[in-house]
Amino acid sequence: MKKLVNDPKNVVAEAVAGFGAAHADIVRVSTDPVYIVRGDAPVSGKVGLVSGGGSGHEPLHGGFVGFGMLDAAVPGAVFTSPTPDPILAATKAVDGGAGVLHIVKNYTGDVLNFETAADLAAAEGIDVRSVIVNDDVAVKDSLYTAGRRGVAGTVLVEKIAGAAAERGDSLDAVAAVAEKVISQVRSMGVALTPCVVPHAGEGSFTLADDEIEIGIGIHGEPGRARIKLEPADAIVDRLLGPILEDIPFVRGDQVLLFVNGMGGTPQIELYIVFRRAAEVLAEQGITVVRTLVGNFTTSLEMQGTSITVLKLDDELTSLWDAPVQTAALRWGR
Amino acid sequence: MNLNATWAKAWIRSSAQVMSEHRVELIDLDREIGDGDHGENMDRGFQAVLHKLDDLPPEAGPGDVFKFVATTLISTVGGAAGPLYGTAFLKGAVAISGTIELDGPALVAFLRAARDGIVLRGKAESGDKTMVDAWTPAVDAAEAALAGGADDRAILSAAADAAEAGALATEPLIARKGRASYLGERAIGHRDPGAQSSALLLRAAAATATTA
Repeated sequence: MKKLVNDPKNVVAEAVAGFGAAHADIVRVSTDPVYIVRGDAPVSGKVGLVSGGGSGHEPLHGGFVGFGMLDAAVPGAVFTSPTPDPILAATKAVDGGAGVLHIVKNYTGDVLNFETAADLAAAEGIDVRSVIVNDDVAVKDSLYTAGRRGVAGTVLVEKIAGAAAERGDSLDAVAAVAEKVISQVRSMGVALTPCVVPHAGEGSFTLADDEIEIGIGIHGEPGRARIKLEPADAIVDRLLGPILEDIPFVRGDQVLLFVNGMGGTPQIELYIVFRRAAEVLAEQGITVVRTLVGNFTTSLEMQGTSITVLKLDDELTSLWDAPVQTAALRWGR
Repeated sequence: MNLNATWAKAWIRSSAQVMSEHRVELIDLDREIGDGDHGENMDRGFQAVLHKLDDLPPEAGPGDVFKFVATTLISTVGGAAGPLYGTAFLKGAVAISGTIELDGPALVAFLRAARDGIVLRGKAESGDKTMVDAWTPAVDAAEAALAGGADDRAILSAAADAAEAGALATEPLIARKGRASYLGERAIGHRDPGAQSSALLLRAAAATATTA
């Protein structure tokens, strides 16, 4: 497997350094411990938003640090949660006196490390609230699993909660907006190929040339079923079905449709996916009023896509439309 | 070797070597039912501990050694294993705080507190296909050995044997916690990497105690 890396041990440090240099107009980076904060942090009187998780999902989360979205991102090693130390340091760096919201994807490691960091921050007198994103319908949410995973829907939570914080909402109010998005967003993904963690050097799983994995997670962990490759429209139908049944989404709903690339799938294929997803939604009387297409929550070089549907109302739509200025999302400013 | 600070440090040095030697094995186990980072994370964490172990003051007791191990693992391992092993060593250290040399009851108290810390942090139960499935049999075996009049070395040996058997016994299980729980029946036939690293750790403790 060919990769553009130097020493695999330095992948995250070198990437974060490059990110900081490329986006110095938006962010500052700390190298020890490693975190990324918006250039004007802490913003006095504003709720600070901190997210993070294993690296390898770029632009999640560093690409979403900036005006109107995250105040800080804490990247761990590739596919490994950051430890509590950098999460605590980032939390302190963005505390503008109005409290800090942790946005955590539902993976055991992320939850445990953010929990520990939140305890430490509270001990230092910082008001911290946490929300857990669990939008992946591929995983059954039951007493017998660690619960549904947090995947691409996290981007929408970060954007909308970020807009709420930017307009001056209190910590409770920002957390409530984030929880509302979490309750109304659902996703499911598919992998056509595995991805290769730099220090592992081989695929995170194996797929035959004619096989795809339905319900893939964003670390390449397997999902619901392994099937033979099908035409794009059939695959979209397999992903969209469980999503729409889950809340459920019903006739008359207004939604944001987000087609996400896993890193190795070209834009041209993502639009083929979008075309079919929009067609199915239209057939069911669900109106797509906002859209997002591109590589926003990736799994290194994995080929694949995920579909995310968010049920909108006037408040969520206006928060989505609010100005944002980050490396990966930028409009209205 | 008596179970004092010298043993504690020797155990941790040996663990660092063992995690390094078994790095690929743990990565491979984790690739099957997780995300393939467990061996890398454990190796990185124990190497960090190893590098700073000699900085401990000479008067540090075994509890101080384990507390230092706990905070270093929490800071360096990441994933779920960092908080879990960190909490284990932290709670274990508190249980033997001030003790210069562990006798049988102190050793069992240490192991039990470590296991309870893992359960507290991870909220897993026996049979969930997690490191608890290595630790709980180990604690049970240690308690039985103590009750049967075994010395500290025999207690550690019994704990290590039971942890290895427990790790092996995770293979037919469906996971109910952690990333493997997403796999349902597909987790059957694979050993839990956390249970395996736990067994390695406890074997290193027993092996260190029996040398000189």
